[in-house]
Amino acid sequence: MSKFQELFIPVTLSLLEGLGVTFKIFTLTLLFALPLGLIISFGSMSKWAPFKFLNGLHKNGNKLIAIISNFKPISFLIRILVWVIRGTPLMLQLILFGLGPGLIGIKGMNTFVAVMIAFVLNYACYFSEIFRGGIEAVPRGQYEACQVLGMTRTQTFFKVVLLQVVKHIIPPMGNEFITLVKDTALANTIMIYEITWNAKRFMASKHVLWPLFYSGIFYLLFCGILTVIFRQFEKKLSYFD
Amino acid sequence: MSILNVTNLSKHFGKLQVLKDINFSMEEGQVVSIIGSSGSGKTTLLRCINMLENANGGKIYLDGKLFIDADSSVKYTPGQLRTKQLSLGLVFQDFNLFPQYNVLENVTLAPRLLAKERSDYKTRKKEILYEIEENAKSILASVGLSEKLESYPCQLSGGQKQRVSIARALALKPRILFFDEPTSALDPELTGEILKVIRQLAAEHITMIIVTHEIDFAYSVSDKVIFMDKGVIAEEGTPDEVLKNPKNPRTQAFLQKLS
Repeated sequence: MSKFQELFIPVTLSLLEGLGVTFKIFTLTLLFALPLGLIISFGSMSKWAPFKFLNGLHKNGNKLIAIISNFKPISFLIRILVWVIRGTPLMLQLILFGLGPGLIGIKGMNTFVAVMIAFVLNYACYFSEIFRGGIEAVPRGQYEACQVLGMTRTQTFFKVVLLQVVKHIIPPMGNEFITLVKDTALANTIMIYEITWNAKRFMASKHVLWPLFYSGIFYLLFCGILTVIFRQFEKKLSYFD
Repeated sequence: MSILNVTNLSKHFGKLQVLKDINFSMEEGQVVSIIGSSGSGKTTLLRCINMLENANGGKIYLDGKLFIDADSSVKYTPGQLRTKQLSLGLVFQDFNLFPQYNVLENVTLAPRLLAKERSDYKTRKKEILYEIEENAKSILASVGLSEKLESYPCQLSGGQKQRVSIARALALKPRILFFDEPTSALDPELTGEILKVIRQLAAEHITMIIVTHEIDFAYSVSDKVIFMDKGVIAEEGTPDEVLKNPKNPRTQAFLQKLS
């Protein structure tokens, strides 16, 4: 029996085990990052300006007062957060959350929890920008129609705006979901035993490269299923525009 | 007693004064048309009365009661605003139908949400929803859309969309129904069907204020015509007075340009 035949079953089983972990990271990330992303997008669109009362004072053209009175702290802080998270590698964030607590003396932090924090935060920031785009794409007339029909802001959002936002964001969301499937591979750098870690394990112990390429098929199938689901979803919402 | 009384209403966007000291009133069952060139402030006037814009000064009375007080700095709570808004109806130039709901759902959505606040909603839910649906169907029938209840907005012509939007506003039984250039987004051959519906509503003595460019229509349907120019009411009176024998040179110039 050749080495390949000998290893095929154990490799497959091991990769399937890794797939379970990959799937877990994927679903947990979505579960937390989608609602968090929505909250972050609301934050980035927040119009709260606590110094607005200074507005009357800059009639003489004082630019500094104009800037302060228009300062929106929530929106500003959220934009900084999104900038930092999107502006640095996810790998770096994984290492920061995975190893950072130990460095400053916090012991016993679960590595998986650390990975989840990094993934959720990272993806929530990307999602927030997609949500923002989707929400801003809903014409102002929709809000005005709701307003003159006496609907509350909550009713307006959930009964009228939300489904239109969902329709707008399906294509970019499909992209993000697929990217996430492959980004889970980064977790192997801090000892999370997902697909890629399991494939690399054979590289080290049995000196074979093919399990790594074989693992690509698992990602490919995963993404293929997602693509089909997204296409169905898109079709389902194609009855309106 | 006037159903609507607008006094000293003013509005500015930054330094641009869009409405200056607007005063007018109307009686229940009347149809008032507002004409004027674009930028004259007529749409802003409508939006201020419907609270889509905050006026900067003046008072509006509805049924003799203070409705909007733009002179006071007191802000209305969202709840108060909603109650006020429900007594008025507005038909937009570009329809603003809800694309994900079919024709019937577009008309019943707001009444259904409103019904949830009724004290007898839990015990009489079925009956209430049935009443709302029947009411919506009969309004849609009156604007000639009985065949289209299940259609989605994207499957309708512009004229049909605008009729749905009229039905949607009517379903809440507003004290006054406002139209913001209801035919301006329509192909010329479709304006007729909208004007016919408005004429029909006028015959039912629904109180209406219509911002329009259709002078002939304004002449035949209105009890009163207001001509606005540069943020002020330049002339107002019966259709004959304003449209056939205008006294103000600006009204004369405006009408001349159109004919």
